[in-house]
Amino acid sequence: MVIATPKRIKQIRFGLISPKEFRKMSVTRIITADTYDDDGFPIEMGLMDTRLGVIDPGLRCKTCGGRAGECPGHFGHIELVAPVMHVGFAKLIRKILRATCRNCGALLLDPTQKKETVEKIRVLKKMGQSIEDVVNEVFKDARKAGKCQYCNEEQREIKFEKPTTFIEDGHKLMPTDIRSRLEKMTDEDIEVIGMDSKNARPEWIILTVLAVPPVTMRPSITLESGQRSEDDLTHKLVDIIRINQRFQENREAGAPQLIIEDLWELLQYHITTFIDNAVSGVPPARHRSGRPLKTLSQRLKGKEGRFRGSLSGKRVNFSARTVISPDPNLGMHEVGVPLAIAKELTITLYVTPRNINEVREYVRRGPDNHPGANYIVRADGRRLRITDKNSNELADLVELGWKVDRQMKDGDVILFNRQPSLHRMSIMAHEVKVLPHKTFRLNPAVCPPYNADFDGDEMNMHVPQTEDARAEAKILMHVRENIISPRFGGPIIGGIHDHISGLFLLTNSKDKINKDDALELLAKSEIWELPEPAGKEDGKPYWNGKQIFSQILPKGLDLEFKAEICEQCDTCKGADCENDAYVVIKDGVLEKGSIDEKAVGAFKSVILDKLIKEFNTALACKFIDDATRLSIRGIMRSGFSFGINDEYVPADAQNQINETLNMATDKVEKLILAYEAGELEQLPGRTIRETLEMEIMKELSRARDATGDIAGRHLGMDNSAVIMAKSGARGSMLNLTQMAACVGQQAVRGERIQRGYAGRTLSHFDKGDLGAQAHGFVKASYKGGLSPTEYFFHAIGGREGLVDTAVRTSQSGYLQRRLVNALQDLEVQFDGTVRDTRNMIIQFKFGEDGINPMNSDFSKTDAVKRIIDSVTGVKE
Amino acid sequence: MKEKENTGREFNPLKHRMVPNHEILSEDEVKNLLSEYNVEKEQLPKIRAIDPTVAAAKAKVGDVMRITRESKTAGIAYYYRMVIA
Ligand SMILES: [Mg+2]
Ligand SMILES: [Zn+2]
Ligand SMILES: [Zn+2]
Ligand SMILES: [Zn+2]
Repeated sequence: MVIATPKRIKQIRFGLISPKEFRKMSVTRIITADTYDDDGFPIEMGLMDTRLGVIDPGLRCKTCGGRAGECPGHFGHIELVAPVMHVGFAKLIRKILRATCRNCGALLLDPTQKKETVEKIRVLKKMGQSIEDVVNEVFKDARKAGKCQYCNEEQREIKFEKPTTFIEDGHKLMPTDIRSRLEKMTDEDIEVIGMDSKNARPEWIILTVLAVPPVTMRPSITLESGQRSEDDLTHKLVDIIRINQRFQENREAGAPQLIIEDLWELLQYHITTFIDNAVSGVPPARHRSGRPLKTLSQRLKGKEGRFRGSLSGKRVNFSARTVISPDPNLGMHEVGVPLAIAKELTITLYVTPRNINEVREYVRRGPDNHPGANYIVRADGRRLRITDKNSNELADLVELGWKVDRQMKDGDVILFNRQPSLHRMSIMAHEVKVLPHKTFRLNPAVCPPYNADFDGDEMNMHVPQTEDARAEAKILMHVRENIISPRFGGPIIGGIHDHISGLFLLTNSKDKINKDDALELLAKSEIWELPEPAGKEDGKPYWNGKQIFSQILPKGLDLEFKAEICEQCDTCKGADCENDAYVVIKDGVLEKGSIDEKAVGAFKSVILDKLIKEFNTALACKFIDDATRLSIRGIMRSGFSFGINDEYVPADAQNQINETLNMATDKVEKLILAYEAGELEQLPGRTIRETLEMEIMKELSRARDATGDIAGRHLGMDNSAVIMAKSGARGSMLNLTQMAACVGQQAVRGERIQRGYAGRTLSHFDKGDLGAQAHGFVKASYKGGLSPTEYFFHAIGGREGLVDTAVRTSQSGYLQRRLVNALQDLEVQFDGTVRDTRNMIIQFKFGEDGINPMNSDFSKTDAVKRIIDSVTGVKE
Repeated sequence: MKEKENTGREFNPLKHRMVPNHEILSEDEVKNLLSEYNVEKEQLPKIRAIDPTVAAAKAKVGDVMRITRESKTAGIAYYYRMVIA
């Protein structure tokens, strides 16, 4: 096959095909509705004529000589006995008929207007703009003319009956009549209505010849019974040819006009449904089974059509999709694959002297005995399905050079993906672990990069099919290699939620852990020896949580940092911090401080960052697995739960909260009085009214924070919500404030709620009331319960949040798409420049500093400082 | 186009504090630049001659300009553009 050199597309021109062109591109006229003869051979000048291309293997195309697969197919044609309308253009015909003379075919406009219009159209086309408005103006003006100014013919009203009928003064216009009128139009007039007479003359809309699509686009399929089943298009073409023939016979026999007209209508119906089988007003043509036929338009239109279904998006082989669920016992680089999926997806093994025995074993196991094999490909390329009946026989036949499709098994490298794939960590390589049940299982530590949760999320899996693809996946896309996000240079995989709470509870408590418990905690971490005990109680040794945690840290790890729970004291006491918020790790031993989000959390983990940058990714991977397992065992030691009682504040605190809120509302009233008296001091750049609003908002938010502080004083580190908020596991102190003390101001577009009734937000308030309650301040806490008006304001504020997220995701999605399209072919070269595919320089040094953000320290370039510090041993 | 007489009071974009420094490279500098990046002049990024900074620097079509920018990541970053019509 000759491979043509690619050419650049300069222009695409759309038009109509003329009857002449139809005949020219046709390789044969089709005259018979039959397809195959008794021997199953295509009939000449039938719908399956071998000149139209071939689909059966073994046959050769009579036109190009190509075999099935090589021959692209060729068009044929049917000579229609009587012309019929093309449904897709009926509306255009209506416009043209109403705008042209019924006698001389002239466009019913005066010559000067025609000239001006042509001028306008030429200019618009040159500028690449739409000519639609100008042309519609022409049709509108031409329709108004009652009389032809060229031949004085009186024009008549033309009624259009969907889809293809035209009635002029109660008299039906036959396609022949319409065609002869359109033929009279001059090339000049055609240009005025925005058409190009060389490309699309209006009479070409009335079909006299019908193109017969190549057999390659309407292949017949042979059923298992040996019977042939024809494509829907072929069925439709058979109908058209039959009616065409009957029409001709009847006309030649001089049948009455009524019968001729009926047959004409029928021919029109078949051609209409051949083009579009979903035209309103036309009953769809149906298959014998009652299913509507899929004809030309149906192939193109809609979600599953050629454009959206086949060109913009395609289905992929060797892939699987199902719901995901968590399994903390899997390694973070693993993925649990349902057995049913593992049996279906395969990897091709090439039989070599080294693996022949192994391959034979797979074949012997067959398709039902996982891990077995599903298909075998012989050296001659024939593909045989392995069944439990022929598996033994085939296993003995296997030779070198054959290929065997082996079922997926534990340890295979696959790609795992969750949409929307916004960054490269959305597709990572995992190792398979075949498991029972029907969901993909994944370690919760890899949820952040996929942004996955388990409320019904589904994910996709792809199986690389070549050694190169597998190697690439393993080296570049493995979860292990993607712990650090190139977005901010820190780990994106790490502990979440209970992982953080668990380690925090373990390392922050003074709990004494006996030997049994210590071993139990570390059971899953391959730790076989305990360090020196922290002390003895009742003659029995005990260890503390920090010691247990230290067991999963590698030797040689030195680190000092402020934990998430650090209160940001004015002068940090460092290792002497009374909150145990300063972490000191020396040679892999946690000496001081509590482990929380800053130490192990996804996005923030300092330990992981250090492990990857100064040790290796495998170690970091093991650390994540160990830390998450230890934390889960740690959290289960004491148990961890949250309930309505955790939101309880004692009565005197509640009184304080109420008092604070009352004082705040009073203060708001005073502000309003000052405003009304004109005594409010105006803020620069604001109106007095705006000033009032800002002052009120400020006062109310201050009050809400104050109530939070009051509640916070009574909710200490024994409260699980506080533990979660402080350690960074989940939630914030603000969430807790809203639950226990005061929900606070509800806002729409950053302002107090103003809309609603005339002059007031709700009919429960006086008109013009500027007070806190009347504009969406919610005094109550979630626990205490909202009043009806508060509840309503809360719903307003909540709705804004929902609308915002919906709008933001669509906008950022489109922005992302545009960015990706603009940047996708740019490449960082070895000399540090960024260049496009034409080798043009886009940036002289990538990111101006030439630094891969993945290798930077949380986006900061202090590697040099760190190296100097580590050499000199000095810490700032 | 006739050049306007410089009265010393026209707005000079190059003097504005938010406009990075634009200067014309000498022939030698251009040669070094092209060999450093192993490119032809046409592979450099472009800047239009009607760009106010180009007009202010009195650069002609075919000249190469060095733009010196303050950079958040690198401190100072150089960028080169060929002047086109
Ligand atoms: Mg979800
Ligand atoms: Zn062919
Ligand atoms: Zn006329
Ligand atoms: Zn501190």
